[in-house]
Amino acid sequence: MSAATLTRDVGVLSGRSLRLSRRDLDAMLTAIVLPVVILLMFTYVFGGALEVGTDYVTYATPGIILLCAGFGAANTALAVESDMSGGMVERLRTMPVHAGAVLTGHVLVSLAKNLVTTAVVFGVAVAIGFRPTASPLEWLAAIGLLLLFVHAITWTAVFIGVIVRSPDAASGFIFFVMFLPYVSSAFVPVYTLPNWLAGFAEHQPVTPLIETVRGLLVGGTPGAPAGADLTSTALVAVAWCVVLAGVFAAAAMVTFRRRTAH
Amino acid sequence: MRPRKPPADAAVVMADVGVTLGTARRPVPVLNGVDLVLPRGEVLALLGPNGAGKTTTIRVLTTQLRHQRGQVTVAGVDPLRHPARVRRHIGVAGQQVSLDKRQTGLENLVMLGRLSGLGRRAAHDRAHGLLDEFDLGVASERLVETYSGGMGRRLDLAAALIGRPQVLFLDEPTTGLDPRSRTSLWEVIRRIVAEGSSVFLTTQYLEEADQLASRVALVDGGRVVAEGTPVDLKRRVGQARLEFTLATGPDAVRAAEALDVVPAAELGTEIDREGAGLTVTLPTDGSVSHVRWVLERLEHSGVAPVSWAMPEPTLDDVFLSLTGHLARPLDAVDASAEPEEMAS
Repeated sequence: MSAATLTRDVGVLSGRSLRLSRRDLDAMLTAIVLPVVILLMFTYVFGGALEVGTDYVTYATPGIILLCAGFGAANTALAVESDMSGGMVERLRTMPVHAGAVLTGHVLVSLAKNLVTTAVVFGVAVAIGFRPTASPLEWLAAIGLLLLFVHAITWTAVFIGVIVRSPDAASGFIFFVMFLPYVSSAFVPVYTLPNWLAGFAEHQPVTPLIETVRGLLVGGTPGAPAGADLTSTALVAVAWCVVLAGVFAAAAMVTFRRRTAH
Repeated sequence: MRPRKPPADAAVVMADVGVTLGTARRPVPVLNGVDLVLPRGEVLALLGPNGAGKTTTIRVLTTQLRHQRGQVTVAGVDPLRHPARVRRHIGVAGQQVSLDKRQTGLENLVMLGRLSGLGRRAAHDRAHGLLDEFDLGVASERLVETYSGGMGRRLDLAAALIGRPQVLFLDEPTTGLDPRSRTSLWEVIRRIVAEGSSVFLTTQYLEEADQLASRVALVDGGRVVAEGTPVDLKRRVGQARLEFTLATGPDAVRAAEALDVVPAAELGTEIDREGAGLTVTLPTDGSVSHVRWVLERLEHSGVAPVSWAMPEPTLDDVFLSLTGHLARPLDAVDASAEPEEMAS
C-alpha cells in the first residue's frame, strides 16, 4: 500500500469522522458554546477579583483556548471509544485500508474543529476587550503552537479512547485534561500558588505553552520573572508537544492494532 | 475424511488448520485441524452449533485472526503472509451490522467504496446500484440507526459486495431475523451466487444450508465431521427414521423400552404432542427385516401404535447422527451422554 492510498484512506475516514461529529449535537455544543461561556465567566465573574497586572481577559484568553482543546480532546476520546465498540473498525480490518487511518482521521478532524473553536473564542475575547499586539508572524507562531498542543493532547485522547472499554472511562479523561490548565499559569500567576504546587505548575506542559502564547500575542506575562527568555520557553513548549504526540500516537497505533487483531 | 486434492483455482483452501485461543496457561483449542475446500463459483455452508468454530474459521479466512497451524489460501493468497492482498479479494458480512449507525446507508457505502479503491464517481454509482438492487433505494438517505433488522443486514451485505469481491464470507447472515426477512435475504444471496461469486457461509440453520449451498461441511468441536453436497450427506447417513405415534404417554414409554430407546423427549429428537399423541423415533437402515423386527418387538410388548412413518433423512438427521449431540446411531443408545457445549 502506497502513500497515495494512505492519503486517500485518511481523507475518506476524516470525512467520516467529520460527518459523525457534526451529527453529535452535544459534542458540538461542548466544543463551541462551552468555551465561550467559560471565557465570559472567567472574565466577568472571577476576573474582577483577580489581580494579574492587566485586563483579566487579556490574561486568561490563551488559557481558555487550551481548555477548549481539552474539551475537544475529550470528545475525540469518546468518538474513538465508540469506534472500538462499534462494527465499522471490524469491517475495515477486512478491507485493504491502512490500519491507523481511522485514528488519523479523528485527529485531523479534531484539529480542524479546534481551529474553529479557537477562532470563535478569539473573536469573543476581542469583542470584550482582548487586545493582542501580535504581528502577523507572531499570530502564526501562536496558532501553530496551539495546534501543536491540540495535536499532542488529541493523540493522548485517541490513546485513551483505544484502551478504555466504556464511554464512562473515556469521559473520565476530561477531568484529567481540564485539571492541567488550572494548575498552570493559565488563569493565575504561578507565583501566587503555594510552593509545592508552583513546582508542579512550572514543570508541566501547559505553563511554558501559555507563557509562549502570551509572549507572542500580548508581549508577555506582566509580573513574570524578568529575563524570561521567550525562545527557550517556546522550545520547552514545542518539545513537550512533540514528545507527547510522538509517544501517544505510537502507543495508540500499537494498541489499536493489537486490540483489533483478535 | 478422504484426502482430496483441491483444484488449483479454489476460492478457499484450508488444510489441517489449528487455532488455539486463551492464555499459555489455559489454552482453549478452537480449531483442531480443519480441512475445507471452496471451489470457485460455489457456495459452501459451514453448519454447526454455537461454539463449533464457525466464526473462528471465518476470522482466519478474513485476516482477522492468525492461525497457528496448517495452510490457508484465500483467492490463491496466503493470509498469513499477505493479509493486505487477501483483503482486496474478499467481502465480509458478519453476525452484526458492521456499519456506522450515524451515517446514512448511502454514506456508508460510498465511503467503503472509496476505501476499496473506487473513485468518487464510481463509488457513488456502485453504492446507488447496490442500494437499488437490495431494495434500499428509498432508505438510502436515512441514518442506519433507523433501519429495521432486515434492512440493516441487507445493507451490510451490500457493503460486503461494494468492492466486487472474488470470495464473499457470510457469518450467519440471517441469525436473529424474522422468517420474512430471512427469505428475502436468501433471495439476495441466490442472486449474488448466480452472478458467479464464491460464497463461504456459516449457519446454524439446516434449512439455510440446504437452500443456498452446493456443498455443506458439518463442523463440531473445531473439526469438520462431514463434507459433501447436501444429497451426498443425506445418502451417507443411509439411515431413515422410523416414527411411531402412540396414543398415550405410558404407551410411548413402553414402546421405547421395548425398542431399547429412550423416549423421544429424552433423546432430544422431535417429540410431537398433538392431542394425546406421542412419537417415538428410532433410526433404521430401512430394510424389511429391521422394520419387521421393530414391529414384532412392539407387538410383543403389547403396544399398538396409532400410526407410523418412515420420513426421508434430512440434513438435520445427518448432523444429529454425525455429531451425536442430539440423536444417536442405532448401536449406541446411551442416555448418559449429554450434548457437549463449547465456549465460543
